[in-house]
Amino acid sequence: MTTDPETASQPRDEAFWARAIGALKVRTMPVEALNLNVQGRHLVGPLQGFGPLYHKRYRVRLVGVALSPESVIQTWRQNFASFWPQGNHFFAPLSGIAPGEVAVLNIASPVGVKMSTGILVIYSDETCFTFMNPQGHMFAGMITFSAYEENGVTVAQVEPLLRSNDPFWEVMMRIYGFKREDWFWHQTLTALARFFGAQAEVEFAEECLDPRYQWAGAKNIWHNAAIRSGLYTIMVRPVQRLARRVSRHPVRRN
Amino acid sequence: MMPANATIELRRLSDTISALDIRGEVTAFAEPMLMDTYLRATTEGARAVVLNFAGLDYMNSSGIGLLVTLLIRANRAKVRLLAVELKEHYRHIFELTRLNEAIRIYPTEAEALAALAGF
Repeated sequence: MTTDPETASQPRDEAFWARAIGALKVRTMPVEALNLNVQGRHLVGPLQGFGPLYHKRYRVRLVGVALSPESVIQTWRQNFASFWPQGNHFFAPLSGIAPGEVAVLNIASPVGVKMSTGILVIYSDETCFTFMNPQGHMFAGMITFSAYEENGVTVAQVEPLLRSNDPFWEVMMRIYGFKREDWFWHQTLTALARFFGAQAEVEFAEECLDPRYQWAGAKNIWHNAAIRSGLYTIMVRPVQRLARRVSRHPVRRN
Repeated sequence: MMPANATIELRRLSDTISALDIRGEVTAFAEPMLMDTYLRATTEGARAVVLNFAGLDYMNSSGIGLLVTLLIRANRAKVRLLAVELKEHYRHIFELTRLNEAIRIYPTEAEALAALAGF
């Protein structure tokens, strides 16, 4: 049997990575999605951003669940949004979580304003998938969702490698956001474990890789998704509603 | 932890420059080996470390996370990190994850060493 020379020269991981991209492009989203702060944005990784860099691991051992890591990831990928805490939405494209796809996120905030941001799927294989964030997201970094076997038990894991994107986010994270982030992934992994019929005890570990602030990242505040979402809600949406009302009931002049 | 499907060999290029020849797969399993070899290089006096990726044939997103962690450690210790012999596909991954903005990339080890002249 001969091997196609072109196939032989391709790296084994090529199909799992997103292709080179510039600005993000959002495909058609459902009408209920607040689609802001994603289209045209560029990715920001763990080396960009503003605040200290953290490496976190949230994991849950799926004791008594006779499923392979591949099966767990397949289910998680196909039903990703359904494991999120209520009030938070992940709008994936029709093609789902696949390399190069862009999703829109609508995140509940404590002040009642829905924040719109997004992610790009930079990597996806049988046992893990990884997102990277756009400008304006609360974090600059990557987050990997994976499953693996450990001592005969399948473990599901969420692994963020990230820092606050700008000074506003850094303040918000310290006041409220870091605890909220921990709660979010605890809830998600608990929901995932419950789906498989396992009792969940989420383990957490955190390491600060770099405590320094990157002051060059302070200007990222220009793209801040919370500020922009808030301004949209306060200023633009009421005007749009008024315009729709006027167009349905035009003023008659005698 | 599963054994890493990789080898990482340390080569001393000068009193202050070392190379790490990375072969096989860069994934989370390679972490102990990569960090130990880097530590050996810096303990022996390296102030610049050249990561030679000529033998790299597989890298997943955990592998990129590993390189980010290594870069942060190098920056904090004021050790310069360079990358050489990246195939086109892996150069693209460095660009996608914006790792290329933090690690200098050169086509060959000779060009990296030329850039370090006088180091």
